[in-house]
Amino acid sequence: MTQQHNSTTEAPWKKTLSRLLKNKATVASLIILMVITLFTLLGQWFSPWELGEVDWDHIGTPPNWSAHHYFGTDANGRDLFVQTLYGGRISLMVGLLATAVSFIIGVTYGTIAGYLGGRTDTLMMRFVDVLYALPFMFFVILLTVYFGRSIWLIFIAIGAVEWLTMARIVRGQTLSLKQRTFIEAARVCGASHATIIRRHIIPNALGAVIVYATLSVPQIILFESFLSFLGLGVQEPLTSWGVLINEGAQQMESAPWMLLFPALFLATTLFCLNFIGDGLRDALDTKDTR
Amino acid sequence: MLQIILKRLQIAVPTLLFVITVSFFMIRLAPGGPFDSERPIPKEIAENLERVYHLNEPLITQYGYYLWNILHGDFGPSFKYQDYTVSELILQGFPVSLSLGLLALLLALLIGIVLGSIAALRQNSRVDYLVMTFAMTGIAIPSFVIAPLLALFFGVMLGWLPTGGWGSWQQMVLPVISLSLPQIAIVARMTRASLIDTLNSPYMLTAKAKGLPLRLILLRHALKPTLLPIVSWLGPATAAIITGSVIIEQIFGLPGIGRYFVNGALNRDYTLVMGVVIFYGVLIILMNLLVDLVYAWLDPRIRYEE
Amino acid sequence: MKPIKSSLLPLIVCLLSFLFSTTLLATELHRGNGAEPKTLDIHKSSGVPAANIERDLFEGLVIAGADGRLIAGAATTWQVSEDGLRWTFTLRKNSQWSDGSKVTANDFVFAFRRALDPNTGSEYAFILWAIKNAKAISKGNVKSLEALGIKAIDKHTLEITLDHPVPYLPSLLTHSMAYPLPEKVIKTFGKKWVKPNNMVSNGAYTLAEWTPHSHIKLIKNPKFHAAESVKIDTVFYYPTEDSSAELKRFRAGEIDLTDAVPSTEVSWIKKNLAEAYHNPPYIGTYYYAMNLEKAPFANNPDLRKALNLAINREILTDKITKAGEFPTMSWVPEGMNHYKTQRTPDSKLSQKERLEKAKALYKKAGYSKNKPVEIEILYNTSDNHKKIAIAISAMWKQTLGVKTTLRNEEWKVYLNSRTQRQFQVIRASWIGDYDDASTFLDLLRSDIGTMNPSSWKNKTYDSLMKQAETEADADKREKMMQQAEQIMLDDTAIIPIYHYTSKHLVNPKIKGWVDNVMDVHSSRFLSK
Repeated sequence: MTQQHNSTTEAPWKKTLSRLLKNKATVASLIILMVITLFTLLGQWFSPWELGEVDWDHIGTPPNWSAHHYFGTDANGRDLFVQTLYGGRISLMVGLLATAVSFIIGVTYGTIAGYLGGRTDTLMMRFVDVLYALPFMFFVILLTVYFGRSIWLIFIAIGAVEWLTMARIVRGQTLSLKQRTFIEAARVCGASHATIIRRHIIPNALGAVIVYATLSVPQIILFESFLSFLGLGVQEPLTSWGVLINEGAQQMESAPWMLLFPALFLATTLFCLNFIGDGLRDALDTKDTR
Repeated sequence: MLQIILKRLQIAVPTLLFVITVSFFMIRLAPGGPFDSERPIPKEIAENLERVYHLNEPLITQYGYYLWNILHGDFGPSFKYQDYTVSELILQGFPVSLSLGLLALLLALLIGIVLGSIAALRQNSRVDYLVMTFAMTGIAIPSFVIAPLLALFFGVMLGWLPTGGWGSWQQMVLPVISLSLPQIAIVARMTRASLIDTLNSPYMLTAKAKGLPLRLILLRHALKPTLLPIVSWLGPATAAIITGSVIIEQIFGLPGIGRYFVNGALNRDYTLVMGVVIFYGVLIILMNLLVDLVYAWLDPRIRYEE
Repeated sequence: MKPIKSSLLPLIVCLLSFLFSTTLLATELHRGNGAEPKTLDIHKSSGVPAANIERDLFEGLVIAGADGRLIAGAATTWQVSEDGLRWTFTLRKNSQWSDGSKVTANDFVFAFRRALDPNTGSEYAFILWAIKNAKAISKGNVKSLEALGIKAIDKHTLEITLDHPVPYLPSLLTHSMAYPLPEKVIKTFGKKWVKPNNMVSNGAYTLAEWTPHSHIKLIKNPKFHAAESVKIDTVFYYPTEDSSAELKRFRAGEIDLTDAVPSTEVSWIKKNLAEAYHNPPYIGTYYYAMNLEKAPFANNPDLRKALNLAINREILTDKITKAGEFPTMSWVPEGMNHYKTQRTPDSKLSQKERLEKAKALYKKAGYSKNKPVEIEILYNTSDNHKKIAIAISAMWKQTLGVKTTLRNEEWKVYLNSRTQRQFQVIRASWIGDYDDASTFLDLLRSDIGTMNPSSWKNKTYDSLMKQAETEADADKREKMMQQAEQIMLDDTAIIPIYHYTSKHLVNPKIKGWVDNVMDVHSSRFLSK
């Protein structure tokens, strides 16, 4: 978390934490998510197979412990256990990266608009409205066409599109914070605009933003899987849960393990992230988020 | 009321112009063209095609032509589906997407609000977790997994429902369900969050303290404020669900317009993709206007502010 | 997720067909047809989906029979002049359009002129370029359409004059570019002549309904000259781009014929739907092309040959693609009319011997495990291409130590990279346009522009192919083309991988389906 210089905000954070811990689903989700993250980071240690290594004797075979294919192999004879854990890294990273980008743009844009207010605010928010009228889908597809398959560029691009809602939330928060007495007090004490924004507005608007950000991570992970369905996902030899699930879904009857394992990981992760987001929202008691 | 409408319409024109300009140049500058195919066309033939479709003129001239044409309601012929104009394709696909989308939204509202309310009333209990886990299925498992599973189970194994096609009500069941699942999740969690907020608000506490029966409190005092966020969500959601059902359309072989956003862009069907992008823009603007009106009607405070 | 028992399926099919036969008098055929057709305008269309439908709607001078072999269509007989340049077709006297008017030689003259008119914008105009003045008209160098080498001698006699002899002309004439059109209808409706109600056709069926991305409905044409032999009354064509979804619809009994089969499900289908599965050879070759304009492949036949030999095609088709494809080191597929496919000496080696040779050549080209060549394989987005690229890159890596990376591009970007030659090794495939080896061999000519996949150039090859083009004697022609194929394979102009098979599921109730190498199946020859 960012530094909390404002002592008035410390007590609410404690209250928030205790409220958060009361929500068992959130706590359980946090633990499971940590386990999954650890698995994606350390799982390789348990397998003799490497990413992209082809086992010509086991092509498209179900889980087989003696050959150390714990999750079976895919249609190219690559170990699914290894694929799943590397896929998890990409999926999680993509979700985090895109969210981080939208977080940075959205918070900056929203605070500026809300803080300056008046005509600038109207103009800046109009622009957001206008951008909303562009179909997201079309935009992202063209970006994948332009950037080829440089996955990082694509997800920075998604983040750059996703910031719209973030900006709206932050702006709303900033507008209401501006009226509060402690901001007034800071201004009277001669704090510069930059200081006020950095020290007072942003930390206090963070609650709502964090909730939204937590919820947009699973959205983006799901969106990545959707791009994979359209064949616009990550480039070989990298893989993602979306790519694996899409391959598995095409042979759900003949090779169910190819769908089952990655889908299990994806679904669990998404459930957890959503529960964490909901829990945070309950605990932070912020109205302005969906 | 009138003020709201006027305000919205005022920004509609620059919005659309922006949308048209950005997408026109974005699609045009993408590598490849509508006539590229596995078999490269001989140069002379390619030139004929470009002349027939005015693709040989400078881009800015073409942009001018395009604006002029759409001002006259002419969206041109599709490059890919050459026997149809863009307007014909959209008009043919829109009713399909609209009926599917509205039914799915209706289903999502019904189930989502019920599930969300149950969860909110039992916040942090086992019921809450169970209900929300169920509700969230649609945003935890990709629809391209759920939809084929439904088709396989109800269509192929049980033989109860058709697995694809368009024409009868039976053919709508599976697509509507698949389409509504993610929306159920969204509605349920919005209802839950919103109802928890409402229940914790001072006037609700007062109502409870007065000893009013819970059902009455819910119906008389909690319903409206709880629904407000859902109403504002409905606008963009309707536009999104009508236009964004490409996966469901592909899996169930439905003639909707969602696929044109994806395939139009991938095929470099310049006119078609522009047509649907503009259509989407108009739809969003109309939906937002509608939401504003409903909102004003639901929440008197907004009316006074105006 | 247990598959339904295979014994259950026939039962369901029987039950369904019983229901249908009692409730519906008309016999319906439901065909999966791949993509939504771009257009049904016979001169502007391209691609198999449109060709399938147009074949049911129109009848050309010569048509493909149930087995794909050429039989008389709108023409009953034809003669060729000694020099092979003048072809005379005698038309059927009882041929009618669906509006009742007679099909005459003028309808063909009108149609051919429209096909080559630059204002029509036909993608496939080159199919007819052998006709006198056709190329010049198409390019806009000759303005008068009357100059085209086709004329109606009388109502029922048509004469086509060629620029150079084309022994396989009848095979070209089965293409939709060579169908007749009624001038009157085109003049009345303009571009809209292809819409249901407007379209007038001379084939076994007429166009009744067309809802894009939903279905195209054809009904039997009572005016068709062989109408009494047509057993199916109504044909539905469904766009089925998602072959997994198509498979489900087939299993649910909603469609009778599938356009394709998901390659991932082939082994499951062989086990569970064996009697419905059809998997005959098809005239196409899947291959890898190397960019010969740049290093490392330019002037480096040893490296090319090493890479060619290091691919184990048997493993690829047996374990990866699994749909009965024929592993190959030749270019022209087997079974083309009057052509014996060439084999290289290398293809007779065992896999082990090939590997030894590959390693030696790789070394000779100056590379080794420590000093590997770095290669990028470009393929367009598709699961099948991806699987093959992964397997081939693994083979090159494991046997030679080549450092490979994969690049996957969306279709139009891929095509752009291909014509701009922005690749090192590229996945490609070629499906023959007509039943003659030249449809394959012409591709490697240096005067064909960017169509030549690898920019391979060879003077002897070019002159052999040029000679073959004007050679009227079929045996001599075959010899020339065989010699050319040998040259091209010997220099590893491209790396052939396998010859295609077509893959269909056909409801066992359907009669009259004959597997054929051209993969053409007119509905008029089928019954239920």
